[in-house]
Amino acid sequence: MSSAAVYLPPFRAKRSHIRTFGCARARRTGHIQSMNEHLTLTVNGHVHEIDAAGTTPLLDVLRNHLGLKGSRYGCGLEQCGACMVLVDGETVYSCSREAGTLEERSILTVEGLAADGALHPLQQAFLDEQAGQCGYCLSGMLMAAKALLDRNPSPTRADIVEALDPNLCRCGSHPRILRAVARAAAVLRGEAGDGH
Amino acid sequence: MAISQSLRDNPRLERWLRFEPDRTVRVATGKVELGQGILTALAQIAAEELDLRIDQVRILSGDSIEGPGEGYTASSWSVEHSGSAIRAVSAEVRALAFARAALRLNAAPEELSVREGEFLRGGTATGLDYWHIAPEIDLSAEATGAVAPKPIAEHRIVGRDIPRLDLMAKLTGSGFIQDIDMPGMLHARTLRQPGRGATLLRLDEDAIRRAGGGVQIVRRANFVAFAGGDETAVRKAAAKATETAVWATPRHLRPEQASAGWIAAQPSHDRRIGDAMPENAVDRLSIRFSRPFLSHGSIAPSCALALWKDGVLSVWSHAQGMHPLRTNISATLGLPVDKVACHHAQGAGCYGHNGADDAALDAALVAMELPGQPIRLCWSREEEFGYEPLSSAMAVEVHASVGTDGRPVGWTTEIWSAAHGQRPGVGGAYLLAAEALETPPPERKPFDIPEERGGGATRNAIPLYDIVARGIDFHLVHDVPVRTSSLRGLGATLNVFAIEGLMDELSARAGEDPLAYRLSLLADPRARAVLEKVGGMARWSKRGPGGTGRGMGIGLARYKNSSAYAAVVAAVEVDDAVRVTDIWCAVDAGLVINPDGLVNQVEGNIVQAISWTLIEEARFGEDGVASLDWQSYPVIRFRDIPEIRVELVDASGQDPLGVGECAGGPAAAAIGNAVAHALGTRIRDMPMTRERIIEALMRGG
Ligand code: FES
Ligand code: FES
Repeated sequence: MSSAAVYLPPFRAKRSHIRTFGCARARRTGHIQSMNEHLTLTVNGHVHEIDAAGTTPLLDVLRNHLGLKGSRYGCGLEQCGACMVLVDGETVYSCSREAGTLEERSILTVEGLAADGALHPLQQAFLDEQAGQCGYCLSGMLMAAKALLDRNPSPTRADIVEALDPNLCRCGSHPRILRAVARAAAVLRGEAGDGH
Repeated sequence: MAISQSLRDNPRLERWLRFEPDRTVRVATGKVELGQGILTALAQIAAEELDLRIDQVRILSGDSIEGPGEGYTASSWSVEHSGSAIRAVSAEVRALAFARAALRLNAAPEELSVREGEFLRGGTATGLDYWHIAPEIDLSAEATGAVAPKPIAEHRIVGRDIPRLDLMAKLTGSGFIQDIDMPGMLHARTLRQPGRGATLLRLDEDAIRRAGGGVQIVRRANFVAFAGGDETAVRKAAAKATETAVWATPRHLRPEQASAGWIAAQPSHDRRIGDAMPENAVDRLSIRFSRPFLSHGSIAPSCALALWKDGVLSVWSHAQGMHPLRTNISATLGLPVDKVACHHAQGAGCYGHNGADDAALDAALVAMELPGQPIRLCWSREEEFGYEPLSSAMAVEVHASVGTDGRPVGWTTEIWSAAHGQRPGVGGAYLLAAEALETPPPERKPFDIPEERGGGATRNAIPLYDIVARGIDFHLVHDVPVRTSSLRGLGATLNVFAIEGLMDELSARAGEDPLAYRLSLLADPRARAVLEKVGGMARWSKRGPGGTGRGMGIGLARYKNSSAYAAVVAAVEVDDAVRVTDIWCAVDAGLVINPDGLVNQVEGNIVQAISWTLIEEARFGEDGVASLDWQSYPVIRFRDIPEIRVELVDASGQDPLGVGECAGGPAAAAIGNAVAHALGTRIRDMPMTRERIIEALMRGG
């Protein structure tokens, strides 16, 4: 993969942010709301203590308290899948799931897919197929595909279609996404490494 | 080499290209990434001309301070405009560097070559590179256009499938404007004025503060927004405000106004373009087609950041042009233009003029009220659907005068539509929240994009076929109750659907095969080549008899009659719904910068066209746009995706042509014709819903 840079402004999402700056900021700016509320969440294998109301949508906790910006806001209505994460391996719309209901559960986001600096085979397959145009839907697509491949290592095209059907892609990257998921499944089964 | 408009507007070399101390080259463009892969293509062009590796090029895109102004990223002009400017500038800078290097090395320029930025003499490394020479090159000089770019035969990077530069970030959880975090940043949301002229009578500030603990309420005339450190609270405050605010609203929408029929019944500004219809026809045929209002439906609601600090307003936006945005924001806020800086940051695909520019003004308004604090303003899903400009509903009646040989001798495409080009700053159009301020901008009669710039509603209304007299009757409707503007393809989608529909009817009357009939009317070898190619790909000659519930149809256009050619064949099955099973598409885009990127764009355009043709329709209610979520505005899903095969016709000797919108019209047309073939009767109105299938079957052939 080429590493040529697209120039971005000098601020990026804080990827390794584990401290609870969302509330620290609220405190600084004097916007204190139910500070006594406290959550313990396990995200991507790490346990986080978070000062936030249990009613806070998981998406806001991920993005604003944990600095994990990969789960995306698309509708807040359980209609598009841009915010999709896995909870104990099942797909969940993080935009509308209250974080307080997920203590004791294991949450996986797109940031948790790559392991030891290596892309997950799904991410690699999406790159290999150049599956994406704007890319905004891709986090959700990857998570839906991960849930599928974990329970069905040899999905047919129809299985993939069914699993991804709740996720919208407005750019029309569907054909490539379908190919990428099939490719990742083959790689995970130990077939067809092709080239990369 | 001719100097492109982009280069005429920004003639200095340094606007485009700069050697960086880290041994990269910064290439600047006014065009921005919208998911179309343009930055990768432009980096390829620069790397090619300068003989660099692709990772030695850094792209600065959409920067109103340092980069070139190239208007909006629209109408598939980017490769033609920015690409040719970057190619010319790169070739020229390379020549300047060669001249200096030749002096330094005491060599003839012909002895020298460049590899990865380093000069070689007779193929051997010299230790001298661009960055050594850079201080001696005067990049403040203006481009002359006198240096010929590399011959195509020597291309190593242009024409190759270079992977998208931005995709890695987007697959690993970053890369979007929504992800930007700044110290002390406040989240913000708006309370939208329900329409021009609406006055806010009552705002229950206590209830809003109770709903969203700690939020600040920002108000200027009828513009209201909520800001705070906790996004959840800000969202709740905005929702409560939207629910409880009392407005005096002078205008209401009616559901029937959302139809093409309503548009066609309105008073209009009428104009004839092109040739008059001949009188000598033996036969005349007219068919009327329509499509509804459409939403862009970006998967991400619009978002912008703004900071008012030390007398400078900085804005980060995913809109399609940062120079126009800067002008528009400065005009709205009464700030000198040099006190506003607009920077592009990538957002989700927009497919035209959506809420992006408006969200930028919203963020700027909040920032001006809260100095020193970075504001991140995000629209809600309902706000995006409810307040972005829509693509106008249209009716198109195509009229053909037919000669004795069954071929058209005269053609008129008659169009009823509201304007398709109302980007802010063009023809008095303005940013949305300007309507809510103390002195709203004057009301205006929107005019559409002129034909010499590709037309708006009239885009592709002149058929590509060899017909002696071709013209357009354009009925532009000014007074529509919603804002309308560009959606990918603009008027071309329905115009091509209609033209190609009538072509099929004409071929049936003549008793000829639709593909052969089209070829008999086409001298243009490039148009013929894509048609013949797609016919082969789809095994058109094996097309069944039709009327069986299965059908195959064809569509052809050259986008704007000046960009890429696309021919599409669709195969469908129709029962109580239309199911597209296969799409074949052949494209001639001239010299192709990145074949896989091009195919990706074309596939996406086809998928979107299936969605427009079969599913999409914006609706109005009493309070405004009524299709406000993905349930009331459904779009295509995985289960409706056919097999799509795209192939390129080699035309690398020709100039590169914009491709991002070329396949939509032909795909819609191919589906329309395939459905007519399957049913033995034509559905003339988009979307082709169950009701319309039944209606067509009842009506019969
Ligand atoms: S943002 Fe959660 S489903 Fe759309
Ligand atoms: S790639 Fe843009 S929404 Fe899927």
